Order: sequence, then structure tokens, then C-alpha cells
Amino acid sequence: MVQQSIGESVLRKEDQRFITGRGRYTDDINLRGQAYAAFVRAPMAHAHIRKIDVSAAMAAAEVISVLTGEQVAEDGLGALPCGWMVHSKDGSEMKQPAHPVLAATRVNYAGEPIAIVVANTLKAARNAAELVEIEYEEIDAVIDPRLARTSPAIHEDAPANTSYNWELGDKSATLAAIESAAHVTRISLVNNRLIPNAIEPRAAVADFNPGTDELTLYTTSQNPHLVRLIFSAFVQLAPEHKIRIIAPDVGGGFGSKIFVYSEETALSWASMKLGIPIKWTAERSESFLADAHGRDHVTEAALGLDAEGKFVGLHVSTIANVGAYLSTFASSVPTYLYGTLLAGQYKTPNIYVEVDAVFTNSAPVDAYRGAGRPEATFLLERIVETAARELNIDPVELRRRNFIQPADFPYQTPVALEYDIGDYEASLSRALEIADYAGFPARKQASIALGRKRGIGFSCYIEACGLAPSQVAGSLGAGVGLWESGEVRVNPTGNVTVLTGSHSHGQGHETTFAQLVASKFGISVDDVDVVHGDTGKMDFGMGTYGSRSLAVGGSALSSASDKVIAKGKKIAAHLMKGDADEIDFDDGEFRLRESNQSKTFQEIAFAAYVPHDYPLEELEPGLTEKAFYDPKNFTYPAGTHICEVEIDPETGIVDIVKFTAVDDFGTIINPMIVEGQVHGGIAQGIGQALLEQCRYDEAGQLQTGSYMDYCMPRADDLPSFDVDVTSTPCTHNPVGAKGCGEAGAIGSPPAVINAITDAIGIMDIEMPATSERVWQAIRQAEGR
Amino acid sequence: MYDFNYHRPHSVADAVKLFRQSDDAMYLAGGHTLIPSMKVRLRAPTDLIDLAAIPGLDGISEESGNLVIGAFTRHDAVATSEVVRRAIPALNILAGGIGDAQVRNRGTIGGSVANNDPAADYPAALLALNATVRTDRREISAAEFSTGMFETALEEDEMIQSIAFPLVEAATYVKFPNPASRYAMVGVFMVRQGGEVRVAITGAASGVFRCTDMETALAADFSASALENIKLDVHAMNDDMHASAEYRAHLCVVMAKQALSKFS
Ligand SMILES: Cc1cc2nc3c(=O)[nH]c(=O)nc-3n(C[C@H](O)[C@H](O)[C@H](O)COP(=O)(O)OP(=O)(O)OC[C@H]3O[C@@H](n4cnc5c(N)ncnc54)[C@H](O)[C@@H]3O)c2cc1C
Repeated sequence: MVQQSIGESVLRKEDQRFITGRGRYTDDINLRGQAYAAFVRAPMAHAHIRKIDVSAAMAAAEVISVLTGEQVAEDGLGALPCGWMVHSKDGSEMKQPAHPVLAATRVNYAGEPIAIVVANTLKAARNAAELVEIEYEEIDAVIDPRLARTSPAIHEDAPANTSYNWELGDKSATLAAIESAAHVTRISLVNNRLIPNAIEPRAAVADFNPGTDELTLYTTSQNPHLVRLIFSAFVQLAPEHKIRIIAPDVGGGFGSKIFVYSEETALSWASMKLGIPIKWTAERSESFLADAHGRDHVTEAALGLDAEGKFVGLHVSTIANVGAYLSTFASSVPTYLYGTLLAGQYKTPNIYVEVDAVFTNSAPVDAYRGAGRPEATFLLERIVETAARELNIDPVELRRRNFIQPADFPYQTPVALEYDIGDYEASLSRALEIADYAGFPARKQASIALGRKRGIGFSCYIEACGLAPSQVAGSLGAGVGLWESGEVRVNPTGNVTVLTGSHSHGQGHETTFAQLVASKFGISVDDVDVVHGDTGKMDFGMGTYGSRSLAVGGSALSSASDKVIAKGKKIAAHLMKGDADEIDFDDGEFRLRESNQSKTFQEIAFAAYVPHDYPLEELEPGLTEKAFYDPKNFTYPAGTHICEVEIDPETGIVDIVKFTAVDDFGTIINPMIVEGQVHGGIAQGIGQALLEQCRYDEAGQLQTGSYMDYCMPRADDLPSFDVDVTSTPCTHNPVGAKGCGEAGAIGSPPAVINAITDAIGIMDIEMPATSERVWQAIRQAEGR
Repeated sequence: MYDFNYHRPHSVADAVKLFRQSDDAMYLAGGHTLIPSMKVRLRAPTDLIDLAAIPGLDGISEESGNLVIGAFTRHDAVATSEVVRRAIPALNILAGGIGDAQVRNRGTIGGSVANNDPAADYPAALLALNATVRTDRREISAAEFSTGMFETALEEDEMIQSIAFPLVEAATYVKFPNPASRYAMVGVFMVRQGGEVRVAITGAASGVFRCTDMETALAADFSASALENIKLDVHAMNDDMHASAEYRAHLCVVMAKQALSKFS
């Protein structure tokens, strides 16, 4: 028996099936008598629909049905909701124009679904989709978020194309602090729009059983229970207990699979209407058009500093593009996941942020790896770096002067959050050591001698993870609680089945959670299996996003495991004729104190299910325990990223020669998995900084609709990362874990941009810093 | 993808005959351009005539002062060929820089040349090396072959059988890849032969072209300083979201300098 516990890099249990092609993804599921769906999508960004004629499509071979928004309305389905209410400055509720399951009278972005065609074969469905005739009357598209407020309204009920204008912090105190500051640094920046690009496109198989009135939906979801809740309570497809959502193996999400979309909803409804199973798998081009996009901010900010270089006030105004409709969590991203993070690692006493969320004729924008926190970090770490350059203070020194110190915790920021713990100097100094900051000037000279430019850039980020204390979230507008559930079933033979409401779509929960529970019980990880992603199996679950799974879901499992141990002690006490509080449990054995008696974990499990000698009058048989864990606070992972670049001035090509990340994630269960998460996050962050850009033309056509034009980072674009950790365990959850899934994507972009601007000797360059932008910047800087 | 009829003829003559008998036929080689465009329904041939089973359409040989590469020769075969390495090693480099391993294991020189993508790599080699495109009915010189973006002198049913590259003293190819597609944003094929220098540039404009300014300057002085004052006509360059015309014009010179530095 191998006993692998917390802190060991156990190989991922799930990889055996993934690397041998035995994973079971949604598209691998084929049901008897299954039909196929294809969607008719808007070919332009903005138009009235004058007429939809489905007769030719209906008459085509193998076609079962063609359904449109008209039938959606006839069946009284609700619109797709946004689950987080945000209030504007004047107290009014955000504008939430109806997000239709299928567009009936108007299309608001290119790619918006209008009709669903169901046929016996996929080919027939796609062919028939081309036969649906639609008359459009085009309307000018609103694309640039900067112009949205002054453009004609896309939705009648959202004047000035504004969903809300939100604020946080003390405006007058902040303005006063900046006014009287010894120095003020101002920047304006764009946080570029990204397309998520999970390797597995969205897919679904909807299976309605007219015999039981039960709908089963296999789908690529990060949170199957949430889909069930929205389907029942908002869309009103079917009662909650008649819906089962199964999210089997899912190939990446990065946020894009949190949301409840038109396609899966329409597919489920069609299956119910037609009484047959129907499958839909997105083509890659559909993913580009209709998965929720990320980021897309335009921001102006001012940072005031006193004569000693201490930050006195930060003022931020942001326009956030939410796309054509408010997607499931869209409203929370540029507000409570953004504005609240603007203190960063610094003791800035006055912070004020205002955000205008605007509608445009583009795909909805919602949470994408980091969600709001990369935008906050980019802004803050760019303005701090810029201030350091303007004041001619070493950027490391300026950060140090403003750090929240270990003695300051718990630290209440001016933007709502209370940080429980951290040690920012520890991660910074470790990162400086690994990056050999001291040796940088010599390396720079060596580059210059070769005709190249070299720069170094820093990013000291913080994020709020472990979403979220339900009462806090509720008071801020969340429509749901944000606890997590866990169940630990000890089987009679002593191995364990763990059920979690978290969902793994690449994160390795089957290993990490097994390690957590195995170490609790002193058994092997091989004896613990983790089950997730099926509303028919676990009680409920809030799913996986916001780096919450271990901090919240793991904490639920930790509590449930503690309950198992407590019950085990009672059983052990009975068997060894002692008192439960005289039993110690350690390393898989229940020992009666001051005796030589002990019982193994397996013996107790067996006794619980074969209760021949058992305190049945006081204790129920069985050894299964559940817990719902509601976090007391957010967790606050933090760290320092340092990027060093070398630039070829002839071409503008940026070579990242060294990338250092030192993160404080609190307690780490599996260092290998954590390192993998950091690598992936940094790759995405470098992608945003150097390569990725979602572009629409003025008419609202997506120009980057394939990999020919949308540039994903590839292995040869990236250096080998130097990754290390420091640790201040989270103070308020039983695991001590803070979360690591998003840190890489949050911390890295400003480090890259700070390094490039340092190399060129300029203050700013827009993301993505393509070779052409860099070349142009060099020419400008050198007056060529 | 729409339905189509699939044919797998065993001779060039049969292939051409089938082509003529069909409504709207296309030859299929590696399929790495054609199949994706059929999948997104941009192309809808009624008949696909697969060239894979025609004997003798692939292979690499040296014949009377020419390196001859069969139309169906895969990019990987060219990239790794010893015959090519001895004859024109720049073609190893060029073929080895096309796409990725999967693409190189399927894509063919004939398909690439017939397709004449303005950002493809081979067209630069054909033009700079004064290659000859040998078809089922005639020989076409590289200079006459390319007639525009995705346009060639090929007749509808004409099939490329091989490409003949005259041997030269020295040649090299340098490519600045488009970061997304990895096709050429600018690719420079440079040939030195006797007193003559030939420079063909792909990716930068609406089709591959010879840069006579560079050729003249380099014929007089085969060194980087000769390129110092070369300015390409910005108006002739492609201008799109990946690179401005100005940047492409600049990269042409930078890539030419890099090419030059590779001549020993
Ligand atoms: C991911 C990816 C990356 C790529 N990167 C590059 C790159 O970096 N550089 C580059 O140059 N190319 C690149 N390509 C294109 C690749 O080289 C293709 O293989 C090539 O362009 C077409 O060759 P094929 O054999 O696949 O032809 P097919 O796709 O089969 O055919 C292409 C066209 O040529 C015609 N055709 C084929 N053979 C003949 C013939 N013998 N006679 C007449 N007509 C014929 C067909 O009818 C069709 O119209 C890439 C392709 C992909 C998918």
C-alpha cells in the first residue's frame, strides 16, 4: 500500500484514461435513436428579422423539425438570466435586456442563434440549416465600447447602451488625495478582448424521456447544478427534480463553460418537444463566434504619490464591454471581481473606481480565467511601474515602500475586501533571487553589445479566490449561495468514494481531492475515488471557477472527513470498550488511549456496515458523511512575477528569455499539479500580452474567427518557466489552501508589458505587443 | 461538407479523363488546403479525383542539371531528402518550415504550387530558381505560372506532374512567419548564380514577386550594405490586421539581409 499524502506530487489518476484515449467526453456519448442539431446563426451583427421561412428546410430529406424563437415564445420559455444584480450609482438596478434562447425579432451579434434544425443525420441538419430563409433589415452596428454610450441603443430598455454605471470607494476623498499629491501618474489603457478556446468545443446531448418526464443533458459544463437551477427556475424548461445534468470529462473551460448558453438550452427544449435524444457539438468556428469572450476594458486611471513615494490615492474609470447581452455572470466580472482588487498588495488609503458596462453588437463577454482580476492587476501594476519610472525610483523599491506588511493582517482595504494573511516581501525577494535581478544590468549590457534591447518587468499581484462567503456575495448582488458540498462514502471494505460539487475539467481534482481525503484517513490515494459532474449523484454543487475548488470544495470534503472520523471514534470506542473522547485517530488507526488496543480504519468501516457488534441504540449504521462548506472570507493568493525580455530591434520580435513566478497559494496538496496550473496560466497571460486579440470589423464581423487569424500561444512562443512558492496558509479554511488556477493569467501580462516598455525605454505599449507594435514603438522612441 | 463523388484513378490519363467527365471536379492531393475549405463549405466540388494511387507522381531525382520533384511528393519528404540536400539545400529548409509535422506529412508540392496561396512558401522558390512546372500537357515557366492571388496559368483540368528546379550555385530561404497561421508574412528566397542574383518574395504582396531593386543592388555588391537603401513600394504590399504594408515592406529588407547572411 502506497500512502501518498499532502504535499506529494502524486501522478494524476485521471491521466491514464486521458492519454490512452479512454476519456469520455460529451461528443463520445451516443444514444439510441439520437438525432442531430445544427443552428442557423445571424450572418451579420445587427438587424431586424423581418421574416423567417422554414418551409424548405422542413421539407428537406431526413429533417425532423426546425424550431425558431416564435415557438420558444409560444412555449413560454424564459430568457437566459444574468445571475448577479449590480446597482448603478443612483441605486437603480442594472439594465438586463432579455437574452433570448433563439433570436426572434432582432439579431444583436454575428453568430447569434436564430433557429435549431433537427435531423436524423448531422449532414442533413447542416444542409437544411442553409435552407432556412431569413429576411433581414440591417442596422448599423455598435462595436467600439468607447462609442457605445453615444450610439443608438441596441436594446430599447438599455438607454445609452449602458447596463449600469457602478462605483466603489470614496470618490471625494480619493480626488482630494490625488489633488494634493506630490506626484500624479496617469495612464490610459485597453485590456484586449480574448476568445477562450478550450481544446474541447462546447457539446451537448439532450435526452428527454417522455415516459418519466425526465430530461437528461450531457454537456460540457463547469457547474452542472447551476445549469439545472437556471433551466428550472429561470428558463422554466422543467421542474428541478425532473432534470439531470451530467458533465462528463470536459476538455478545458477557462470560464467559458460556466455559462448557460442558447444552444444547450434550445437543444434541451427541442428534445423535450420532439421526445428524442439530440446531439450538438460546436464546430470550432462556432466556438469563436458564440462562446463568451473575455476582458475588453478601456480604462483611465490616476495614482497620487506623496513625496516619499507612498501611494495616497487611486482613481479608476473603466468602460467594460459586455457584448450584446448580459451573460450568466457578466455583471460581476468588471465590478466585484475587478474594483475590489484595486488595492493589490499596497496600502493605498483612498481608492475609487467607477465602471460603465456597455452593450455592443458582439458576442457576450463574461468570466475568462482570472475574470476581472487580470484587468485589475494589469491596471495597477502598469500604473505602479509607470510611477516608478516617472519618479526615477527602482520599481522594486517603490513596491516595497507601499506593501502591506505582515503585521498589518488582517488588512481592510478601502475597496471592501479584508485580506486575512500574506507576506508580499517573501515572494518578491524569492523571485528577485531566482530572476537574478542583481545580474540584470550586466545582461542588459551584453544584449546592447549584440544590438539587442533587454528589459525586465515586475508584477506583484493579488487575487481574491475561493468564491465566496454566501452572505457577502448575497449582499453584493449574487443570485446564488457560493458554498460547496462534499460527501465522503466509506465503503464496507474501507476504500472511499468521494462526491464533490466541484467540477474538474483539467484541474486534476480526482488526484488532489483523493490526496486530501486519503491523508485524512491514512489510506492510499489509490483507495479514494472522486466522483463529480452529475446532478443525479451529488447533492448539489456550485461548480468550479474563481480558483475555488480546493479552498471551498476541498474544505467541504475536509469537514465531511472529520465527521467520518468522529463517527469512527464512536464505533471504535464501542468495540474497544472505551469512551469516544479517549480515542485517538492517526495514520489510519483508532487507538484507545493508555491501552495497547487499536482498530484499523478498515475494521471500523466494516463494523459500520456489518453492525453485529455495534451501538445501534445510539448510532446509525453506515459510514457516509456530508458537509456543505460556506467560506468565511475570500482567500488571497498573491505573488511576484518577473519577466525578462530581449528584443530584436530590426523585427520587433520579443523573446521572453526568463520568466519567474513565485506564488503564495497557502497549503499545497500536489505541487506538480499546482505547477502545471501556473504554467498554463502564464502561457495564457503571455498569449494575452503578446499574441491574442479578438477583432471585429466596423460592421461587426468577427475577423479572428479561426486559428489562421486568432493567435494562440504555442510552446515555441514560451520560455521554460522558473516557478517557486512561498506559503502563508489561509487562516479561515481547514485546508489552508488559497487557490492557484488563475494566478498565472492574472500576474503575467503586466510583467511582460513592463519588461517590453523597460527594454524600449517607453511608458506604454498596447496589448498584444505584436512584433509590429514593438517595432513601431522602437522607431518612435528613436525618432526614426 | 457537401456530398461528392470520390475517384481514385491509377494513371494520369484516367485522372484527366475523369476530370473531364465530371460536373465540377477537383484534384485531391494532400488535402490540407482543399479539405478544410470543403469542411467550411467554401468549396463544393461534385467530384474529387484523388491522385494518391497514381504511380510515379511522387519522388525526387536529379536529372540533367535539374532537381525534379514529383507533384505528389510530401513536404516532409522534401525536407528530409538527401538528394535535395546535395542539390538545393534551401528547399530542405523551405519544406521543413511549412506548417507542422502533420501538415508536412500530408501536404504536397503539387498541391501547394497549384493552390498558389500568396502566403505559401514554395512559390518563392519556383520564381527565384526559374523552375519549370511540368504538367500532363506542357511545361510552364515559373515566371508565367503565377497569374495572381490563388490564380495560375493551369487550365481547369490540367495536372501538375512535377516541378523541375535548375541547379544553382547557392540559394537560401528565410521566412518571417505570421504568428497565427505560420504561413509566410514575408518569405525571401535568394539565389546566387554566376554574376546574377535572384530574389523572390512571398507573403508580402498579393502574389509572389521578384524584387529587381534588390537583385540589381546585390549583383553589384553582394553584401548587406547593398540592401541599406532598398525601399519596397509600400503601396504594393498587403495591409491587414496581421501587419501593415509599411511593416511588411520593412520586413522584406530585413529578411533579405538575414538570407544574405546565410551565404557562406
Ligand atoms: C495548419 C496548416 C498550416 C500550413 N502552413 C503552411 C505554411 O507554413 N506554408 C505553406 O506554404 N503552406 C502551408 N500550408 C498549406 C499546405 O502546404 C498545403 O498542403 C498545400 O498548400 C496544399 O497542398 P495539398 O497537397 O494539401 O493540396 P490539396 O489541398 O489536396 O489541394 C490544393 C489545391 O491544389 C489542387 N491540386 C493538388 N494537386 C494538384 C496537381 N498535381 N495538379 C493540379 N492541381 C492540383 C487541388 O485541386 C486544390 O485546388 C498549411 C496548411 C495547414 C492545414
